[in-house]
Amino acid sequence: MAVPTATGSIKKYRGKWNAEQAKHLLKRTMFGAKKEDITFFASKSLHKTIEALINTEEATPLPPLNVYNDTNYSDPEIALGQTWITATKQTGMEIGRRKNSYKSWWFNLMLNQNRTIREKMVLFWHNHFSTETNIVDNATSSYKHNVLLRQYALGNFKEMVKAITFDPCMLRYLNGNNNVKKAPDENYGRELQELFTVGKGPGSHYTEDDVKAAARVLTGYRTDAKSLPDIKGIFDPSRHDETDKKFSSFYNNTVIKGRRGKEGEQELDDLLNMIFANEEVSRFICRKLYRYFVYHLIDDNAEKNIIEPLAKTFRKNNYEIKPVLIQLLSSRHFFDKNNKGCIIKNPVDFTIGLCREFNVQFPKDDEYVDQYAFLLQLQQQAAQMQQNLGDPPNVAGWPAYYQQPQYDKIWISSDTLPKRNIFTDRMVNTGSARGTKKVIIDVVAFAQTLNNPSNPDDLINESVGLLYMMELPDKEKQYMKEGILLSGLQGMMSDHYWTDAWNKLSTKPDDNANKKDVTNKLKKLYQYLMNLPQYQLM
Amino acid sequence: MKRRSFIKNTLTGVVLPTFLNGISLKALAGTPLMSALSNYMNDDRVLVLIQLAGGNDGLNTVIPFDQYSLYNAARNNIALPEDKVLRLNGFNATALHPALAEMQQLFNNGKLGIVQAVSYPKPNFSHFRATDIWMTASDSDKVVNTGWAGRFLNQQFPNFPNNYPNAQMPDPLAIQVGSVVSSTFQGPAFTMGLAISNPSNFYNLIEGKVNVESNTRWGEQLDYLEEMSLKTDQYADVIKKAALKITKQSDKYPAAGKNPLADQLKIVARLIAGGLKTKVYMVNTGSFDTHAKQTDDADKTIGTHANLLKRVSEAVNAFMDDINYLQVGDRVMGMTFSEFGRRIKSNASGGTDHGAAAPVFYFGNKVKSAVIGNNPTIPTNVTVNDNVPMQHDFRSLYASVLQNWFHLQPADVQQVLNGTYPVLGMV
Repeated sequence: MAVPTATGSIKKYRGKWNAEQAKHLLKRTMFGAKKEDITFFASKSLHKTIEALINTEEATPLPPLNVYNDTNYSDPEIALGQTWITATKQTGMEIGRRKNSYKSWWFNLMLNQNRTIREKMVLFWHNHFSTETNIVDNATSSYKHNVLLRQYALGNFKEMVKAITFDPCMLRYLNGNNNVKKAPDENYGRELQELFTVGKGPGSHYTEDDVKAAARVLTGYRTDAKSLPDIKGIFDPSRHDETDKKFSSFYNNTVIKGRRGKEGEQELDDLLNMIFANEEVSRFICRKLYRYFVYHLIDDNAEKNIIEPLAKTFRKNNYEIKPVLIQLLSSRHFFDKNNKGCIIKNPVDFTIGLCREFNVQFPKDDEYVDQYAFLLQLQQQAAQMQQNLGDPPNVAGWPAYYQQPQYDKIWISSDTLPKRNIFTDRMVNTGSARGTKKVIIDVVAFAQTLNNPSNPDDLINESVGLLYMMELPDKEKQYMKEGILLSGLQGMMSDHYWTDAWNKLSTKPDDNANKKDVTNKLKKLYQYLMNLPQYQLM
Repeated sequence: MKRRSFIKNTLTGVVLPTFLNGISLKALAGTPLMSALSNYMNDDRVLVLIQLAGGNDGLNTVIPFDQYSLYNAARNNIALPEDKVLRLNGFNATALHPALAEMQQLFNNGKLGIVQAVSYPKPNFSHFRATDIWMTASDSDKVVNTGWAGRFLNQQFPNFPNNYPNAQMPDPLAIQVGSVVSSTFQGPAFTMGLAISNPSNFYNLIEGKVNVESNTRWGEQLDYLEEMSLKTDQYADVIKKAALKITKQSDKYPAAGKNPLADQLKIVARLIAGGLKTKVYMVNTGSFDTHAKQTDDADKTIGTHANLLKRVSEAVNAFMDDINYLQVGDRVMGMTFSEFGRRIKSNASGGTDHGAAAPVFYFGNKVKSAVIGNNPTIPTNVTVNDNVPMQHDFRSLYASVLQNWFHLQPADVQQVLNGTYPVLGMV
């Protein structure tokens, strides 16, 4: 079916700025749009909101902890509650446990994110510079890789690519460690071009010889693992191919002069200068940002009027990421009504967004064992829905971001959709339990945050308004009101029965039957709202 | 049905052939012997529950004709004229609201019965709480988390939804026509029911239509999501297949949209006749909360309450006609319920306030047509505090249905209802 185009241009959006627009921006740039965040930003301007989301300064997060000692196992080096990133040793016993700890830690950062785009960008870059903890098999370098993504998430893309080239996690994942002059390994040299920079767009024509030449430039980079906590990438001149490297006409027949000894390291700058001189880099990255933040399909209009000007901005600003994000996210195009609600949430967004929007309470930092365990449960839920954070399916990242023509529809299958529904049902009804602790949506507390929960219409309207990007037909709302909140009672005159029951929560807090009744009705309401397909969209 | 009740059910009338012992039901399923036994135990029997939400005014539904002057005095501003109420063959003391002409016919033809003054000790006057009590079959002062039909179905189909649907039970255990599955169907961990959110969704499903304006980007995504959700709904297909088997239904139904209850029951008839093995259906119709102006000022036989009753009468009649036309009438029993009745004395605004006991209608080819119980006694000098006292605990009705319609053993009935209640002569 033909979908309508979004005609809004790249020019700055100067239309209405209100809660509706803020919600759209926040659902796309953060994990879920919490009511308090929508209210906070709706009272500012678009300009101020974008500034706040993008120009964020966060302290480096505290590192992940040993939460995994149990009756059968104790980390020989790291005490319970201490960080393991300082550990000097790791065996198979530790790596698996630390990887889980790392995933919980990352989920926690997303769950408790500030008002910033950074966490969404870290996930963007994780999908872009894909690595898998299962293959890297070194929790310390996976952690360090994450720190690197965080550091450059809103920085300079070209510098980021250089840092990634030295990154021990990537050196291991794409076999840079094995790339030596006698038998070059082309893995990284290929993906650097195909997946990380110039891409495979219609204007990208690098050749197989370019892959080989790049691999030769990249000989000599390897992990220095003398000490686990200090693990880093280094340039080892003895492994480097010191001959000249010739590139194709796509790169203007550039010749990178072979350099000797330690100077060989400078060939990397020559290589990146050559690659980044090609406009395809800017187009490729801007298209990817567009698919992540706006819509999966880039039609002719978007290519010409959005991607081109964005790519120009990217180049003009020396591959600084922020100006591109600011231009895209403040554009008329981004706020075009056709671009609202048209993204299927990825599983990480689906699970974390739910917890954030409903303000689900997790154990606090001092209960780190329980906290990490619940976060790992959540992470595993997302993995069941086919997005295993830290372990994308391969170096290309998740197919939802590149696989034509399905794109984000790939997230939804006859296997994953029921899993999504079971997850939301459980979160609203029983929650997930661990010992005596429970992580569950508190439906009453959520309803209390609404403006007028005692009125059944307002309650439903505001809930729909917070959870969905689109309106529901009035008939549907009517069914919800009568079928759920009013136990089958119909007509305006019946509304007060809900109002009375709701108000009794505070006037007669000891009336347990009433409390239970109100709670059950709200559970049914939110379960129903999250079962409708609208909830899958953002 | 699980093995235990299969065996018990056969015990109610015949001596169990010993060779059945130890032979798995699964192996026998589908054999002629098995289907003969199934017929015997009426395994295909269906219950249809009609919820009259809001608290139906029982005294203006089933009129204590033998106390007409007291009735008239207690609620003069809404009392139905003595010469307009509908009389019941063989039960001169009791009459029906003039809007219930079709139900009068059903009664006189032996296909409908009335249980008088149904309630429970210490009645609750809150819609929500009282509805919950009826649905969970709890005591007035106890909060129960499961529905009575949910417990019944859980007992008969243990471990649902694990390993369901299966060859023995390929269909939903219970179906609710309405947005959300009622608490009546709540089992210990899962709901045993499936909701068909509204009639138009049902017709979209069987006609393969998707209910979205696709002219937007989100609409196109939504189309995909809805399509996928139909594919993954393990029951969408069996419902569609059952519905498509029926191409013609009774012409007694009012035009679509005129009578929402009839629209719902029409779907139920279609699914039953289409071959679903679903045991319990639930439909509902509302607005019985008639606090004000429940009758026309000049003509007490018309007005709000009359319209509500007319809707029920017309719908039940069309449904009965339809299931007989579709030749499944003998398998079906229906029953109305409302969370409470209303006060004996009417209020000054021409309505009635929340009350206690009220009559229940039950119907079907196989029911014993009768008025069970006596007319409520209308006090002289009635006050606002006077309520219709209970004659029958509502759980007696459930017990009667479970034991005499579904042939559960008394011990199983007791387990479902958490207690023992007298069985009434409804079937």
